[in-house]
Amino acid sequence: MARFEYAPAPESRAVVSLRSSYGLFIDGAFVEPVDGGSFNTISPATEEVLAEVALAGAGDVERAVAAARRAQREVWAPMPGAERGKYLFRVARIIQERARELAVLESLDNGKPIRESRDVDVPLAAAHFFYYAGWADKLDYAGFGPAPRPLGVAGQIIPWNFPLLMAAWKLAPALATGSTCVLKPAETTPLSALLLAEIFQQAELPPGVVNILTGDGATGAALVARRDLDKVAFTGSTEVGKAIQRELAGTRTRLSLELGGKAANIVFEDAPLSQAIEGIVNGIFFNQGHVCCAGSRLLVQESVAEGVLDALKERLGTLRLGDPLDKNTDIGAINSGRQLDKIVELAASGEREGAERWSPSCAIPERGYWFPPTIFTGVAPSQRIAREEIFGPVLSVLTFRTPDEAVQKANNTTYGLSAGVWTEKGSRILWMADRLRAGVVWANTFNRFDPTSPFGGYRESGFGREGGRHGLEEYLDA
Amino acid sequence: MSTAGDQLRVVASGEMAPAQVGAALAEVTSSETALRRFLAGLPGVDQVGADQRAAALATRSIKAAAKAWAIDTAISMVDLTTLEGADTPGKVHALCMKAGRPDPEDPSVPPVAAVCVYPDLVGVARSALGSSPVKVASVATAFPSGRASRAVKLADVRDALEAGADEVDMVIDRGAFLAGHYGRVLEEVQAVKAACGPAHLKVILETGELATYDNVRRASWTAMLAGADFIKTSTGKVAPASTLPVGLVMLEAVRDFAAATGRLVGVKFAGGIRSTKDAIRYLVLANEVAGEAWLEPELLRLGASSLLNDLLMQRRKQRTGAYAGSQDFSVE
Repeated sequence: MARFEYAPAPESRAVVSLRSSYGLFIDGAFVEPVDGGSFNTISPATEEVLAEVALAGAGDVERAVAAARRAQREVWAPMPGAERGKYLFRVARIIQERARELAVLESLDNGKPIRESRDVDVPLAAAHFFYYAGWADKLDYAGFGPAPRPLGVAGQIIPWNFPLLMAAWKLAPALATGSTCVLKPAETTPLSALLLAEIFQQAELPPGVVNILTGDGATGAALVARRDLDKVAFTGSTEVGKAIQRELAGTRTRLSLELGGKAANIVFEDAPLSQAIEGIVNGIFFNQGHVCCAGSRLLVQESVAEGVLDALKERLGTLRLGDPLDKNTDIGAINSGRQLDKIVELAASGEREGAERWSPSCAIPERGYWFPPTIFTGVAPSQRIAREEIFGPVLSVLTFRTPDEAVQKANNTTYGLSAGVWTEKGSRILWMADRLRAGVVWANTFNRFDPTSPFGGYRESGFGREGGRHGLEEYLDA
Repeated sequence: MSTAGDQLRVVASGEMAPAQVGAALAEVTSSETALRRFLAGLPGVDQVGADQRAAALATRSIKAAAKAWAIDTAISMVDLTTLEGADTPGKVHALCMKAGRPDPEDPSVPPVAAVCVYPDLVGVARSALGSSPVKVASVATAFPSGRASRAVKLADVRDALEAGADEVDMVIDRGAFLAGHYGRVLEEVQAVKAACGPAHLKVILETGELATYDNVRRASWTAMLAGADFIKTSTGKVAPASTLPVGLVMLEAVRDFAAATGRLVGVKFAGGIRSTKDAIRYLVLANEVAGEAWLEPELLRLGASSLLNDLLMQRRKQRTGAYAGSQDFSVE
């Protein structure tokens, strides 16, 4: 038994008032779905059913798009930018005021530690609304010509890994430009988007400007299948992204995709090693590795590989896995049984293909979906765990000898979303950044996000940018 | 190329037998050049990353039984300190009474680790404490600036020891360190260590004057290589005094030094630690960075004056459920 055993310190659930069932948010009101379908959303940490949620069908998609179109033409686009900005500022402030409620709900529905939802997801979601609120009356100066026009109505499909934050990334820039939205949250994590809908009501956002359709893959497909959207924005798996791109080929609907990744986190021998260890941990174990830009491939220079791995293993021994609502939890639950199966399968393939598997000893709760932090060493570039996105707390460790080899190995992937470089040598950071084919290159840090910074990928990681001035362009007719 | 730095880096990865470790350490400290090369070869500290890690650990939430344990542990680690020009025998006597029995109404409160005074008041403290397990610590070596000749500094140390000090808190020569004369800093610590004999030596780095985390790491290693029993953040006379990121860097240094040499060096955080919350944050930091071996007064100290009463107040709150008033605990 440890000398300093931290007592349970759970965040109270009382701050969240869950309803037993939720409707669809269309034209400013919660309504029942046309065909009456529904599904349950559960807490992945306990498998407890949290609520029943409406399942939107094609008829609901039609209603939502019609509401968004009308709101866009009659209210939102004609409104002066300064007025739109006021609504966005109001939403941002309410997100801050209801931060604890959002954080608890997010951790309940998603399984992520409250420390992350409280300190990362919710503050960043508010920051995105604040940032784009500021742009709403300054679009003339965004670099897309004078008086750029809003694109129109956007269909937005978001993933389950950062449910609230991804909603903010999609909605805030669209609303700033005068576009309106139909948002489809992920099947396993609909609740924070529905709370966001309540926040839109509280902010008195005009009806129809944002519509939220909960549902499954078929709901998303019905949304994409419409020909009257001006834009589809999708964040999720590369497989679904490709299907969407095929569907929309040859149509007038604009598309942006933010898909998978297999990012290299590159540690040179002259790195600030203690911080690099933290960066490796944060790169792959943040949010249980359910991060498209996760640093899932550690490339470490051979001359320091042994010391880095020893220190990393020691550090993993201090990670605390368990109740997502406990304020001291570092690693929460895997979001769903389906995702857990995928992680288990890929980890097994790593062992089969000859890589060496290691996890710290940690107790796994009996109920719910859990996977311990895992490291594979002796990984060859040809193995599946070095090539496929695992989207879980699994790190594949490879080594390199020279900067050229590091670049070559880092770029040896079909993805290109992010990369990390650890070195105290400033010139090498710039040299590497020039050569790494990734949308984001972090230097001496990893998984840091800011609304002013554009985010997006190369190749099979997708196209289009979210965040920053660049994020506006996706929703402007420019 | 067989430099001392390379050798100790091999040591740091734990590939050497104990005899070789001794030889490697001796070589690192054999000359100014060797020491400089070794210190320059230590991995750098990224300030943003260190700040971030310290801030993340500061969010640990310590409740219930864990908090009760942490409060008692923190009390037992306090170096109850008075270092004022206006210190008198009366003040020191009062402090010693408090040190042995922090809460007269509750005998289950452990005594603090030590009282910390100027050398001329060591005798007063010694006789006031009598057979108490509380140690007498004395600052020395021209505390707090350290600006005096080596002879004067060593005389200061001898004074304190002759008066009965169990522990000596010396200051490093920050001027020499910032001028790059690491060897001079090392020698001085070695000389004071030799003068200390069996007395425990705490080496104050005065991190507020060293300014960068790289310097904190280098000064920590210099002090440990010279034989320090403890490395200590600050005199309490310079702002900023102890901070969590500086504590993080020093705890990493003692952890790495222990991995390389097998010798566990203690850490003392001093200056600006006033609340129970602050104290618990340092305990969490030590627990998660250096390891639980450091969670005892032999290896962890909190240099403070007003902290003790806050710990007592929180302790009573834990036990009775009600906050005591500010006049319920003695003020020395």
